[in-house]
Amino acid sequence: MATGIKDKVAILGMGCSRFGERWDAGTPDLLAEAFDEALADAGIERARIGAAWYGSAIDVVNVGNSAVPAAMALRLDGIPVSRVENMCATGTEALRGAAYAVASGAVDIALAIGAEKLKDTGYGGLPARFRGTFNDLWMPLGSAPAGFAQLAAGYRARFGVSRDELKKAMAHVSWKSHQNGVLSPKAHLRKPITMEQILEAPLIAEPLGLYDCCGVSDGAAAAIVTTPEIARSLGKKDLVSIKALQLCTGSGVESTTNEWDGSYVRTTRKAAALAYREAGITNPREQLSMMEVHDCFSITELVTMEDLGVSAPGAAVRDILDGFYDREGGGVPCQVDGGLKCFGHPIGASGLRMAYEVYTQLLGRGGKRQLSAPSIGLTHNLGGVPYMGVAAISILGLHGR
Amino acid sequence: MTSPAYGITGFGGYVPRLRMERAVIAAAHKWMAPSLRSLAKGRRAFCSWDEDSVTMAVEAVRDANPRRDLSAVGTLLFASTTMPFADMQNGSVIRGAVGLPEHARTLDIGQSQRAGTSALLEALVTPRAGGALVVASDHPRGKPASTQEMTFGAGAAAFTVGDRGVIAQLLGSASTSSTFVDHFRAEGSKYDYFWEERWIRDEGYMKLVPAAVNEALACAGVKAAEIQRFIMASPFRSIGSALAKKLGLPAGCEASDLAESCGYAGAAHPLLMLALVLEQAKPGEQILVVGFGQGCDALVLRATDAIRDFKPMRGIAAALADAQSHDAYLRMLSYDDGIDLEWGMRAEKAIKTALTEQYRERHQLAGFVAGRCPKCSTVQFPQLAYCVQPGCNAPSGGFEQVPLADVPCQVLTYTADWLSWHPSPPLYVGFVQFDNGARLQMEMVDVGAVGLEVGMPMRVVYRIKDIDKARGYPRYFWKVTPLQA
Repeated sequence: MATGIKDKVAILGMGCSRFGERWDAGTPDLLAEAFDEALADAGIERARIGAAWYGSAIDVVNVGNSAVPAAMALRLDGIPVSRVENMCATGTEALRGAAYAVASGAVDIALAIGAEKLKDTGYGGLPARFRGTFNDLWMPLGSAPAGFAQLAAGYRARFGVSRDELKKAMAHVSWKSHQNGVLSPKAHLRKPITMEQILEAPLIAEPLGLYDCCGVSDGAAAAIVTTPEIARSLGKKDLVSIKALQLCTGSGVESTTNEWDGSYVRTTRKAAALAYREAGITNPREQLSMMEVHDCFSITELVTMEDLGVSAPGAAVRDILDGFYDREGGGVPCQVDGGLKCFGHPIGASGLRMAYEVYTQLLGRGGKRQLSAPSIGLTHNLGGVPYMGVAAISILGLHGR
Repeated sequence: MTSPAYGITGFGGYVPRLRMERAVIAAAHKWMAPSLRSLAKGRRAFCSWDEDSVTMAVEAVRDANPRRDLSAVGTLLFASTTMPFADMQNGSVIRGAVGLPEHARTLDIGQSQRAGTSALLEALVTPRAGGALVVASDHPRGKPASTQEMTFGAGAAAFTVGDRGVIAQLLGSASTSSTFVDHFRAEGSKYDYFWEERWIRDEGYMKLVPAAVNEALACAGVKAAEIQRFIMASPFRSIGSALAKKLGLPAGCEASDLAESCGYAGAAHPLLMLALVLEQAKPGEQILVVGFGQGCDALVLRATDAIRDFKPMRGIAAALADAQSHDAYLRMLSYDDGIDLEWGMRAEKAIKTALTEQYRERHQLAGFVAGRCPKCSTVQFPQLAYCVQPGCNAPSGGFEQVPLADVPCQVLTYTADWLSWHPSPPLYVGFVQFDNGARLQMEMVDVGAVGLEVGMPMRVVYRIKDIDKARGYPRYFWKVTPLQA
């Protein structure tokens, strides 16, 4: 019987580049920015790293396939470096590879690093992707917002929520994240916006307006992981350890059978159940100190609150409008650093960027946005579209708690 | 004379839902062609960006086949002057989409405005085992600011021909050939080159048609006065009535030229008019059909008693009435590549079809065929190697094949996507739930002012999925459209 990886892996150090339209930096520069910070935080030389996982998702820009470009950029010589890609869940997938390597005893210290260079496309938004020779023959075109916008139709039909009420709750999701982004020095968007601006913005994919969509940016983030024992032997006192790391991939149930009603993300629910079991969490609404979820679009964050079991079914709209997820709302603060909304979404980096914020908060390094005594946080990283994708969840907490 | 036991056994048609107000076209060209105002009555049908002669033909065949059984049909004749492929049999695409067996004989017939009547005549005079399916489909192009742009339309008509349930039989026919160049379209040209209308009327229609008609009437043993309906398809107004008078046909026997809400649909036009006539015909009615183009085809038909028993799926009158009026002229122009608009970098996406994969998967993609798992009964599209149902996962080799195109369906989710590149923004997309349990995400087309809503009833339609402009290859798949729009 598998025992899981709870507390078997500690985070030795983390790094995160400044996110944004990094006209000044190529992927190797972004990787180095995150890597330098992670190495300094870990207090080790790069030669101590026994294996590395590099995450990147979109090859029409960036550095091409395989892990070679990352190994070259970071001069990772003579060790196994793997490249992982699992759509927008790629960053968490990289962390999973490194964590499993440590938990298995294969290596003492492993690196997870993700980067994406989206602003080399020449236009806004994500590039349209090839979906395989078979799928391209029948699957309709559709942007990422179009995939997620459909949740709004499904959610409204399921719970009888009016379009206006749902729009308002979605707007509050974005408003709250922008409030937090102001206090986040590495965020791409650091301007507060008003509810009116959000509600009156042009439509991208009905009912999602411009401010219901996260930014598109360049960035990189990294984690260096080891065992708690090695971390202590290296002089670390306050340890953040991985309580759970779970992933669920859609197998076609939502998109092919009539089980799914369009109002939720089934893979998130499955991954959450697995992660809560691994971490020993029975009441997330009470037990979680904070969350960094995949707010690629406001509606995604809204349904995720229910999929993670923090809001009761149908109660996310009320909770959101009540400020339950605001930074100082007295509930479970969500997107304390501003989320994808303000950081943008360099695909390969986002999962690690979420973990970086939880790690930062747990160690009390959050500066002006520091929460009061958080002990356990969750990251939720969603790849693909709600009905055909990958949900990756990590739960990080103070070691020994 | 054909055997009375052999003849037309069914009919149907299709007219694009999209109609352009002719006044809008005239207004766009008023600065340089103010005389177009004289033609600015009614509206013309135009193909959406994802419709062509093949997609319209498929819809017409579906309309003509209410019993949903074409498995015995031995021959498919496809007539058009606007076939998407110059070399690649267009009829084979139609055959796959409508579910004709692979051993059917398929032929493309084109190059003339009478291709439609010639195809129908060929099917009627040559009885074949299993019968034949004749479909004519056309969307003749009119150059911007031309008379043709105002008067042309688009549409398709299909006929089943055979020996069971004959609703109209051929009494007689005649064909003539003449190198009368009223217009021509050279290989590689997009638009027709027309000569003066007065010459076409006086030297062409008024002389060539009577010669063929008189021969056909003699062959049929029918007098001109005994014709109840006269079908004279022409892009020119009033030629039908002038000819009816000259031929001594009964007053008022000219069939509607469909100008008011469709426009001249090229080689498909005489058959579209015929389908509408048959839809309203009574037993015993004698119908004269003329196709004109480098000579004439003249067919004398008589409706049988069985005409009462046949109803197309939806019918031509309903297709004509199912109109979505548009007032943006540039939309029509852009759909037909008449203007090169700035679509942005997203439009640079490569759309290359793996022809190998398209062939391998034809059993499910061409006819939109789902599979029903014999173990758990789940109906699923696409059919992958195993059943989708967790815990079942039976191998798909034993799946029962279930075509989805005629299964009632409705909207489960939807959105209007303004970000994706799409030739008709916004792209409407969402999940479609079929009554038999199948579900998949599909493109939603011809969405009207009412928009979409969860639970809205939809209808499956055959369309171009993407056009690979770099290589000139359209690939087809099925989409859905609101039943009412």
